Amino acid sequence: MRPALVAFIAGLLFAFGLALAGMTQPAKVVAFLDLSGDWDPSLAFVMGGAILVYMPIFRFAKRMQAAWSGQAFSLPTRNDLDPRLIAGAALFGIGWGVGGYCPGPGFTASGALSSHALTFTAALITGFVAHTLVFSRR
Amino acid sequence: MDNFTPISSGLGGMLIGLSAGLILLYNGRIAGISGIVGGLLTNRQARELLWRAAFLLGLLGGGLIASSIAPDAFAFELDRSTPALIAAGLLVGFGTRLGNGCTSGHGVCGISRLSRRSIVATAIFMSAGILTVYIINHILGGAL
Repeated sequence: MRPALVAFIAGLLFAFGLALAGMTQPAKVVAFLDLSGDWDPSLAFVMGGAILVYMPIFRFAKRMQAAWSGQAFSLPTRNDLDPRLIAGAALFGIGWGVGGYCPGPGFTASGALSSHALTFTAALITGFVAHTLVFSRR
Repeated sequence: MDNFTPISSGLGGMLIGLSAGLILLYNGRIAGISGIVGGLLTNRQARELLWRAAFLLGLLGGGLIASSIAPDAFAFELDRSTPALIAAGLLVGFGTRLGNGCTSGHGVCGISRLSRRSIVATAIFMSAGILTVYIINHILGGAL
């Protein structure tokens, strides 16, 4: 039960962070990506702030035997650059530029009952399902 | 640069880092939204499903609470049709699962881990986003 409680609190914090940062305003995200327009560099500070906090936590965690819940760490180990990584990131970037939402802000703004976000997020989940159908159930 | 908000954006980013740090330290996992939520479709173990669902519930609940305090934080303000939003969602959903991560998993956690895959993925989705916005704003007139 405790890992779920911690995950719930982390989800709340994540949503507050996204809202405070401006990530739940698609026009602000698009203004960040619009280098040759009225550029708004704010979102670089979102990534910078997050990395500033997470990087030392990661370095600390690397020295731990197991996570605080007692569970073993389950972290990515791959280092290869495969076509799926490249193609997936490119498709994601195109969709991000079109809608101004990435997954976290899509869910958070759906919780806020934004109609645009609800439309986007319904399609996002459909995309997750499509990927699972294509790649996981063979 | 009328709407430049380095302080609130930086503080919001730090909250995101703290949340991801909590998931790492306590649950031993990477806080990538596409991976956490997408994993609800692929996992069978109750323990896996429970923490992923709890995180998603927190994200949705946090959005609801934040919108009651600051509704402006959820303004849309883009000229996008419903089909464009649906296409965006499909591309982001399929793309983040195919590429094993999104802004949080690759952009925040992966870069902090100095993962080669995440650094390359972040450079690609940023570039693709910049190119897409260039086409929409400067060739198609800003609407889609």
